[in-house]
Amino acid sequence: MSLTLLIEQILNGLQFGVMLFLMAAGLTLIFGVMGLINLAHGSLFMVGAFACATVAAATGSFWLGLVASLAAAAAAGALVEILVIRRLYERDHLDQVLATFALILIFSEGTRWVFGSFPLYLDIPQLLSGAVHLPGGAQYPIYRLAVIGVGIAVAIGLYLLIGKTRLGMRIRAGESDREMIGALGIDIGTLYTLVFALGAALAGLAGAMVGALQSVQVGMGEPVLILAFVVIVIGGIGSIKGALVGSILVGLTETLGRFLLPHVFGLFMPNSEAATVGAALASMLIYIVMALILAFRPQGLFAANA
Amino acid sequence: MTRETTISIVIVAGLLAAAFIAQAMGETFYITLATRMAILGLAATGLNIALGLGGLVSFGHAAFFGIGGYAAGILATHAFNSEPLLLGLPGTNQMIVIWIAGAIAAGLVAVLIGLISLRTSGVYFIMITLAFAQMIYYFAISWPAYGGEDGLSIYVRNTFPGTNTLAPMSFFLICFGLLVIGLVFFALIRDSRFGAALQAGRQNDTRLAAVGIGPFRVRLVAFVISAMMTALAGALFADLNRFVSPSMFSWHMSGELIVLIIIGGVGRLAGPLAGAIVYVLFEFALGGITEHWQFFLGLILLAVVLFARGGVMGLLAGRARHG
Repeated sequence: MSLTLLIEQILNGLQFGVMLFLMAAGLTLIFGVMGLINLAHGSLFMVGAFACATVAAATGSFWLGLVASLAAAAAAGALVEILVIRRLYERDHLDQVLATFALILIFSEGTRWVFGSFPLYLDIPQLLSGAVHLPGGAQYPIYRLAVIGVGIAVAIGLYLLIGKTRLGMRIRAGESDREMIGALGIDIGTLYTLVFALGAALAGLAGAMVGALQSVQVGMGEPVLILAFVVIVIGGIGSIKGALVGSILVGLTETLGRFLLPHVFGLFMPNSEAATVGAALASMLIYIVMALILAFRPQGLFAANA
Repeated sequence: MTRETTISIVIVAGLLAAAFIAQAMGETFYITLATRMAILGLAATGLNIALGLGGLVSFGHAAFFGIGGYAAGILATHAFNSEPLLLGLPGTNQMIVIWIAGAIAAGLVAVLIGLISLRTSGVYFIMITLAFAQMIYYFAISWPAYGGEDGLSIYVRNTFPGTNTLAPMSFFLICFGLLVIGLVFFALIRDSRFGAALQAGRQNDTRLAAVGIGPFRVRLVAFVISAMMTALAGALFADLNRFVSPSMFSWHMSGELIVLIIIGGVGRLAGPLAGAIVYVLFEFALGGITEHWQFFLGLILLAVVLFARGGVMGLLAGRARHG
């Protein structure tokens, strides 16, 4: 194990965390403003990836694909909000879970119907292919650094949007008192659709960016969705800041755990066994971290005003 | 006898009758379908204790279903290979021992999960139970000793004294017997003092605490009982398929169990069984028409949630008397 390898793994963890943040930010925003638990968020991630892969394959341009992923996910989000989600705001969480679970079935099976079961592939754009040299001599793909950059930009953008703009003011007002802002003449229905579409677009963006790192296939959103749940539970549901901290924490724990644990166990048991035990424990590590955090802070690290 | 009790008895008797008719017609496949209904009905009845009576929306009951399944798989494998399990204890192919072992294992895990997750409520509880089930799912995938991702085959169905479990009808009757015991147990809990406290906690936490009953302990006990019943069903499910795999732990399984309850009617005695019957029939009928049956399942489920609240039992027996 060398230092350069460790740096590389830390960067991988950051990149994974940033990607989780794009998912978790949308989820936590939707929960914070509308009080809705949306299991279908992973489907929007998948929609983004498929839109990007399809458009990129048709036009040859990753960038058009990226635009398409944002547009497709936002449109799918808005459509779903208007047709289904809107009826769920006043319902209990059980109904929300089931309706959005049904949406997952519809999205996943619908996508399989249209695109078939074989994965699609998405190439990394020319501009971002290649690698940079890290201190110590290792190389690191530019694309992954770009993903980290996009994630940071989105985090700053969201901070400015919510903290400094008129729309953000309305979103915050919607979080604290939905009846009052309705009384002040703001069309709350449109606001909810906008917030939902915004969350969906972020998920779609994440899907498109991840699509270039792995294959684009049905069900790709589900593991990410569950990790995003862990993130917002750790961070505190409804808090964007919590989502950011939680994402980075989960991203780093997951990546470094997989990398370091087998080495740690290798210190006192045979290598093959250490690899097995290390891998098994690493796959449980983030959940253990979550349990520990919840044991001390049941409302998460940055509990919002919920 | 209330209308609901009558309808519940009709549903349970109908399942038994269906199996005997299938037997008379020599259609063993339909007996297997009925067995599947009974097992899924039992699993969902277990969840119904936590979800229906206690209002605890556990999105992680697949964990307990899978633990029951793996108890059957692991014990049977050790018995088959004549390898000691641990501390020199042998494996076993006796269903009764397997059921007890599976239920105890799931109960212990449920205590741990419950201690942490019951400190929270609402959405947090949903997500945390989901996360713990995922943890066990990933553990099952990455732990190679019992098949890892490939799962584990049970070469010969486990045995039950006095019957040949390989005969579809005998195995159905075992599952059906346990289902009936499970339903009676559910009714006993529902009508007991403990059940009253559990249901009161669902309706109003603060008032329950005000009359001197701590909601946490009541819920923890209910959660553990619920997990043990679902684990029992998991052990039967493993024997039905003669195969266990990590997919028993998957969150789709947890979702499916909730779906059964919603289709049937939340908190209703025969709700989960009615849901399981409808679900399995639907899967069978639509699965024969299109391989994309899950798409239509999604549409129907969406329609049930949005427009037909109360499920099958709500339709047949009217609204539940207690809200």
